[in-house]
Amino acid sequence: MLATCLSSRYKSSASDARGPNMSQVDLLDNDSVFQLKGNMLAITVLELSRNDLSRLDRQLAQKVAQAPNFFHDTPLILSLDKLDEDDEALDLGALLDLCRRHGLRTLALRARRPLDIRAANDFDLPVLPPSNGTGRERALELREREPLKAEPAPEQEKPVEPTINPTKVITAPVRGGMQLYAPGGDLVVLSSVSPGAELLADGNIHVYGPMRGRALAGVKGDTKARIFCQQLTAELVSIAGQYKVAEDLRRHPQWGNPVQISLSGDVLNITRL
Amino acid sequence: MAKVLVVTSGKGGVGKTTTSAAIGTGLALRGHKTVIVDFDVGLRNLDLIMGCERRVVYDFVNVINNEATLTQALIKDKRLENLYVLAASQTRDKDALTLEGVGKVIEELKGSFEYIVCDSPAGIEKGAHLAMYYADEAIVVTNPEVSSVRDSDRMLGLLASKSKRAENGEDSIREHLLLTRYNPERVNKGEMLGVEDVEEILAIRLLGVIPESQAVLKASNQGIPVILDEQSDAGQAYSDAVERLLGKEMPHRFLDVKKKGFLQRLFGGNE
Repeated sequence: MLATCLSSRYKSSASDARGPNMSQVDLLDNDSVFQLKGNMLAITVLELSRNDLSRLDRQLAQKVAQAPNFFHDTPLILSLDKLDEDDEALDLGALLDLCRRHGLRTLALRARRPLDIRAANDFDLPVLPPSNGTGRERALELREREPLKAEPAPEQEKPVEPTINPTKVITAPVRGGMQLYAPGGDLVVLSSVSPGAELLADGNIHVYGPMRGRALAGVKGDTKARIFCQQLTAELVSIAGQYKVAEDLRRHPQWGNPVQISLSGDVLNITRL
Repeated sequence: MAKVLVVTSGKGGVGKTTTSAAIGTGLALRGHKTVIVDFDVGLRNLDLIMGCERRVVYDFVNVINNEATLTQALIKDKRLENLYVLAASQTRDKDALTLEGVGKVIEELKGSFEYIVCDSPAGIEKGAHLAMYYADEAIVVTNPEVSSVRDSDRMLGLLASKSKRAENGEDSIREHLLLTRYNPERVNKGEMLGVEDVEEILAIRLLGVIPESQAVLKASNQGIPVILDEQSDAGQAYSDAVERLLGKEMPHRFLDVKKKGFLQRLFGGNE
């Protein structure tokens, strides 16, 4: 019975532990921080239960196929403390290499067996204490195991997306000085938008009257958000922070026409509807 | 049922007080008992335009502070039976007005008048807010130029969100656009926004277009509401606007350039 245990917890998209520049001292400093704030750090623990690298390679490849975005320079704690006491010595170099090939960057080891600790020292990797210590650590471990049942890989990307709220529909003219925000969803304006008015949405923005104000779609960073309008005469359009002001928009051949605006890379594309 | 009418604009100097005086007088001329209330505390002008500045004893702020009764403060117009003016205080500022105080006075006026015309101060601060808060209808005075149109647009947004009707979820304030100081010649030259441009941007019902006219300044200086000058184009345009306000359909006049007569063309006389 050989099984690889890959458990991860993603609480936020930000990963402070990311980055290869971290010095040795910093990592050791992080030791206690990780233990205390286990729930707040976006950190993946790869818990190895059997010393079988070829199977690990195969199974990791499957996980990568399920969630390719997740396996991209992901910071990792290698947990070897579940390995059997009498299991043969682990080829740590091969294991680290394997992880790196699958986009996992090992920050530290969690080990119990003296030969693992020795190997870690050889590779200059910090060693964290085994997880079966205090009650707090056990509680963390339970939570780590939980996602296993629910096939964690496809779910890992969900928390990054904003939750979708009902679309906000405005029928009255949006006058100058007014600011409308559709949190977590789309904003639809059926009337005109005056100069000086500001439309904000986490999702898309649709304007069916003359659009003379400002429209900012994907304000929380959704690069897939779009702006649709029947008459592009806006003061400013922005998607996920990439913006164009009227000065530039005016020169566009689609000025005054029905258009959709989308983002590719950091370029705003304006295409006729 | 008494109607509270606010004359507002956001921008200053577009003709709010001239319009308040003209519309109020026009309503009284047609037999409706009307009071014009000056909300421009500290910069009162309405009494001058109405020609009653020498008869102001008590003012709006006195009534709010219970220093005078409404009957004492109301100034009866000398020309028209149905017309009264409630002057603003010149020695106080806008903070002298309170939401409750204004509400109390408006309620009291509703008991004896058909139309209560509120002459709003410029800006979007307290004075302007209080002037429009209790309104049933609004006349948004706009000059055909971009900054005035933008300010009117902002004011329309406030009318839709910051009035008593909006806060209580009642029917929204009925909005009318009154375009003043309109000069068709300059519109043709492209120096001024046209009626259609302004209507398109503001998207509200056009109550009237008042042409730029010497008669307005003359009337103001004499303290006679311009609507009483029946010979002038501005006076006629205001009369039309009052008719439309009372629900009558009238064609819009004074939108096109006047044709000059033969002699005028020869000698380039002033229009």
